Parts: sequence; structure tokens; C-alpha cells
Amino acid sequence: MSKTLIKIENLKANIDGKEILKGIDLEIKEGEVHAIMGPNGSGKSTLASVLAGREIYEVTGGKVEFNSKNLLDLSPEERSREGVFLAFQYPIEIPGVSITNFMKAAVEQHREHKGLEPLSPSAFLKMMKEKKELVEIGSKLANRAVNQGFSGGEKKKNEVFQMAMLEPKLAILDETDSGLDIDALRVVSNGVNKLKNKKNGFLVITHYQRLLDYIVPDVIHVLYNGKIVKTGGKELALELEEKGYDWIKE
Amino acid sequence: MSKNDDNKIITELSEKEYEAGFVTDIETEVFPAGLNEDIIRQLSAKKNEPQFMLDFRLKAFRKWLTMTEPDWGHLEYEKPNFQAISYYAAPKSTAKYNSIDEVDPELIKTFEKLGIPLNEQKALSGVAVDVVMDSVSVHTTFKETLKEKGIIFCSISEAIQDYPELVEKYIASVVPAGDNFYSALNSAVFTDGSFAYIPKGVRCPMELSTYFRINQANTGQFERTLLIADEGSYVSYLEGCTAPQRDENQLHAAVVEIVALKDAEVKYSTVQNWYPGNKEGKGGVYNFVTKRGICKGDNSKISWTQVETGSAVTWKYPSTILKGDNSVGEFYSVAVTNNFQQADTGTKMIHIGKKTKSTIISKGISLGRSNNSYRGLVKIGPKAHDARNYSQCDSLLIGDTCGAHTFPYIESENPSAIVEHEATTSKVSEDQIFYCNQRGLDTESAVSLIINGFAKEVLNKLPMEFAVEAQKLLALTLEGSVG
Ligand SMILES: Nc1ncnc2c1ncn2[C@@H]1O[C@H](COP(=O)(O)OP(=O)(O)O)[C@@H](O)[C@H]1O
Ligand SMILES: [Mg+2]
Repeated sequence: MSKTLIKIENLKANIDGKEILKGIDLEIKEGEVHAIMGPNGSGKSTLASVLAGREIYEVTGGKVEFNSKNLLDLSPEERSREGVFLAFQYPIEIPGVSITNFMKAAVEQHREHKGLEPLSPSAFLKMMKEKKELVEIGSKLANRAVNQGFSGGEKKKNEVFQMAMLEPKLAILDETDSGLDIDALRVVSNGVNKLKNKKNGFLVITHYQRLLDYIVPDVIHVLYNGKIVKTGGKELALELEEKGYDWIKE
Repeated sequence: MSKNDDNKIITELSEKEYEAGFVTDIETEVFPAGLNEDIIRQLSAKKNEPQFMLDFRLKAFRKWLTMTEPDWGHLEYEKPNFQAISYYAAPKSTAKYNSIDEVDPELIKTFEKLGIPLNEQKALSGVAVDVVMDSVSVHTTFKETLKEKGIIFCSISEAIQDYPELVEKYIASVVPAGDNFYSALNSAVFTDGSFAYIPKGVRCPMELSTYFRINQANTGQFERTLLIADEGSYVSYLEGCTAPQRDENQLHAAVVEIVALKDAEVKYSTVQNWYPGNKEGKGGVYNFVTKRGICKGDNSKISWTQVETGSAVTWKYPSTILKGDNSVGEFYSVAVTNNFQQADTGTKMIHIGKKTKSTIISKGISLGRSNNSYRGLVKIGPKAHDARNYSQCDSLLIGDTCGAHTFPYIESENPSAIVEHEATTSKVSEDQIFYCNQRGLDTESAVSLIINGFAKEVLNKLPMEFAVEAQKLLALTLEGSVG
């Protein structure tokens, strides 16, 4: 049996005193892809943010063990360096900072954390090139400022590109499929599928069943009103597609 | 962004103590404190100056006595006591050196601590270095190579001895002694500085570079720089500064004059890192500088690029007089203020000739409790037909205890002129920091990166040699160095 990558137990979180996550239990093993589906406002992005360590959310209960560490004790940057990656639902613009320089700084800090020497500029550029090909992004995009003036599709590709650069153990994709046309969806999913291996895990948050035709999950969870109300195999997605979310609300 | 996060970012950044804060132990000769005609006569005699210089100094001094310190800047500080300052401090070992081995090892150590490569390596990399330490030039390299091209690059004291006719013709031709309180003071008491003359049609093959460093306790610094680019010539000039940490405020009142004749181009770049005072706002350098260039001939061009991170109080407006037709003035500035620093900087573009063009890009970054003001004047004279100006002033605030102010003044006397001004103010957002954190960057690196991105347009204008200095100062990876 493969190792547990992340184990979330009875996780509860508030924002502005309002409880959003009401006791989440979730376990992902190495090599697994889990999907979280659920209507808008059910707490999917909140779960992603809490796992990434966003401080505006107050964790009021439960625990999260990641790679044998207490995840909730770590700062956001430590979680990243330990291998938690979040592809943002709404990626942030950083004016004037090129993707190349942004990634150079990030990769350097990741390597330092692992006790590795900084990459030589040529090794770094080689790595950039390989990963860009993986998500089919042009070299021009990498010279542009992070997310500034990017189309929706470019932003999402950029998230997957960064994921490829940082090679996380656990990648959380928050509605990476939303707003993508079929081509972009294919590119993004291909990227994810190529990055998948026996050692890492994915938590794919989506609103639509469509993405799961491309990224095939091992387990699907349905999140509603801050709780996981259903867990099943990939056939659950089809059932949801057919019956709509009203079905689970009952 | 929650207040706590703000404060955390601010304290983390504020805690970076001034890394260049140390004192060099070199024997120096110091005049008694105080200023009067006698002191000026002594100073001029000490420097063996011709009569015209003494007359110039005395005239400036008499003018200065009638003037009062300007107080219109957006600045608050205790006015310096000009009688408590010593007006002359020269390192004792003033001999000129043939090789670096002859230079006082203490001085070399100082530069090494600062990371300034004043050595053969630097010379080999093509930078002629003229170091001004406490007012007197102590080391010059590459003078011979420059000489072959007819380029003069030396201390202004030497120029007064060796090229008095050039000095007499151009000194105070751009900044008249009585221009302002500080320029009058500087004209009366300046002890040294740099001089460069680029002859007709010559393209200076290397960046001319001067590192200034205030060293003597309680000594005012009054450098004088004069750059003359003759017809069709080109020069790029670099000025960099660091000062050791001290308690008393130190006054710095330099004058820089640039003359660009027909078809000449001058690039003047500054990285300024004087001691800004400690976290409580104590100590630090007062930087009151008058920098001005004149595009005297047609088609001439002057560009100012500055990265300002230091000084407790900065009052500085590098300006350009666009006299020649089709002449071009540019001003690119990044000013960072932290803790209790105050900066009131900007530029003046004075359009006189026809079809003159100016561009102003100013990036102000404020942290801590600092205040950062941009003050710009664009003046279009009645004969400046079809003159154009574009100004862009962007402010970035980090935290909510700092301030940014923009004071653009536009005076146009010619209706055919087009003057555009854009201004923005933004804050580093918690979303941006979190996004960076999520990629593994700690908050300080994230802020550095964001500042760097914000200032990129200006940083890209710096010559390569200076890019490294700027990078150290802003503690960032400079954009464009990879890929
Ligand atoms: N900053 C906030 N302040 C207050 N409520 C919030 C905030 N962010 C999210 N919420 C609320 O939390 C709930 C869950 O939101 P979210 O996690 O974004 O849902 P999902 O991603 O599933 O659409 C929603 O009811 C939303 O209104
Ligand atoms: Mg969401």
C-alpha cells in the first residue's frame, strides 16, 4: 500500500468569525488524484487557501498531517518549500516582475530549503525551456510580467507551468478549468497528466464534470456547505452531471 | 492586508541595519569649525588656487550671507548649524599613486567592506575610477587611456590647476553661485569633486565612475562636479555614494553641472546610499544637492538616472535646461524611503529651444514612517514651439504609516507644446505577498521582487556596472539578468 501524503481530520476554519469549513476529513495517498466538486460558495477555495496557509482564515479545529509534518504549524512559504502547491482560482498580477525572475527566485528558495546549490543560469534556463514545452507556453510569455495582462487561459497555463517548475508533492488546482476553451483545457490537463507520478498527489477542485474527462480522478468528493457530503469513484461525477447539485442538497 | 502583516513586513525590512556603517581610521587634517572670509582664503590658499577661484568663492560667500535656507520642501528637519561645521578635511596621504599598493590600506579596506572593487579588476573591466573621500581625490585610474582620446577626467582641484581656462569658462555657467542657498554655500567652500571634458566628436570608451564617501566626523561635504561634452561627443558618468554610520547629522551640499554642446549626449547615473539614520530617525545624512545640465547646442541630450535609497533628508532636483533646438532631457528616478527618511526630489525640465523633448519617469517607494515627495516642474518658454513633455510619477506604499506626495508644476507659455502627466499610487497587496509566499518566497524577498518590478523601467536605464550596485542596495535580483 502506498504512503499517505496528506491527512486532513475534522478541519474547521472561520473567516471574520463565520464558520466556512465545518469539519473536513480527507486523505490522499501518493500517486492519487482526488477531485472536489461542489456548488459555488460551498468552501472549495477556502479549503485550498487554508491548506496553503492563508492567514485571513482562522483554523478553529482539526489537524492536517502532510508528509509526516503538522502542516498547520508551517508558514505559507515553508508549506510551499515542503511541496504544497496551489494553482490559484484567480492568479495575482505582479507588475514588472517577469515570470523568469519570479521563478528564479522561487526555485532558488526551494533549492536552499533542500540544501541544494543554486542552479547555474544556463541550467535554470534549460529547466524553464523544458517546462514551458510541457504546458505549450511560448518563450514570449515567460518574459512578460507575472499574470499582467494575461488572458484567462494564459493565467491558468502559467499556474501549471509554475507547478511544473516547483515539482510539488501535493498540487491543489482550484478551478483551473474554469473559463478555459477546449484547447486550453487540453493543454492544461496534459500538463497535469505528465507531471503525475507515483510519488505525488493532486487535489483537483472543479465545478464541472468536463475536466474529469481529461484528468481522471481516483476519488471524487462532493463538498457542500463546508462539509464533504459524498465520496465515491469517478462515476460520481457523471451522476452529478445528470442530476445537478440540487441532488446532494437534499 | 491585515495591520499585523503590514507591521511584520515593515519591521522585517526596517531591521536591515545599514551595512556600510563603519568608520575608517585615516589621519586627516581638519580646519577648525566655522565659516568666514578668512577660512575661505585659507582654503583657497591651501589648494593653491588661481585668483579667479578665490574671487569666485568670496563672491559666492557674500551672496550666501544674504540668503536664507529654503523651507518649501515637504521636509522637516533641524537646520544645520553652519558655524559648527569644519570646511576642510583632507586625508593626510594626499599623494597621487601609481599603483594600488601605494594607497593607504585602511582606505582599501573601507572600499572592500563596501564591496567597491577599486582595484585592477575594476580597471580591467573598463571603469576609470576617481574616488573622492572626504573631499580630496585619492585615486584615479585609466587617466592615460582617456588622455589618448583627449578626454580629461580628473579631480576639480587638478582641473583648476591644469585647465583653468576650461574651469573659468564653464564653472557656475549652469548653476550660478547665487542660484540657491546651498549652491552659494558650495561655491564658497567646495573642496573637491570631479571634472570631465570630452572633446569634439569623441565617444568616451568607458563609463566614468566616481565613488563618493563621506568619512570625517562632522565634516560637511561640498563636492563640485563639472562635466563638459563638446560637440558630437558622448559620455556616460556614474556617481555612487555610501557613508559610514554616525550619530550627528552630516550635511552634504554638492553641485553638479553638465554642459552638452551641439549633438553631444551625456548620461549621468547615480546610486545614492548615504546613511539614512537609525530606526528612531536619529542621525543620517542631509543631502541638499543642486544638479543641473544644459543642452546648450542643437540636438544635444542629457539623461539623469538615479536610484536613491539613502540619506535622512534628501532635497534634490536634477534638472535640464533644453536650450538647443531638438534637444532632449530625460529623468529616470527611483527613490526609496524607509523609517523616518524624508525625500523631496524631482526634476525640472526647462524648454527653451524649438522641438525640445523631455521625459520624466519617477518611481517613489515608501516604507515605515517615511515621506516621499515628487516635485517636478515642466516649463515651456515662449519660443519652445512644438515642445513635448511626458511625465509619469508612480508611488508604491508598503504599510500604512508612510506617505507619498506628488507636486507637478506645469508652466507653458507656448500653445503648440504638448505636456502629459500621469500619476499612480498603489499599495503592495496582501494578495501579492501571499501569491509569492505560496511559491516559496519569504515576505522580504516578495517585497523586494515587487519593488524591483515596480522600479524596473528605471533600473533598466542604469549602465551594467551600476546595475550591480543598485541590486545590492535594493537587495533584489535585477530584472533582465537572466533569460
Ligand atoms: N473574505 C471573505 N469574507 C467573508 N466571507 C467569505 C470570504 N471569502 C469567502 N467567503 C465565504 O465563504 C464561503 C465559501 O467560499 P469559497 O471557499 O470561495 O467557495 P467556493 O470556492 O466553493 O465557491 C462563501 O459563502 C463565501 O461567501
Ligand atoms: Mg472557489
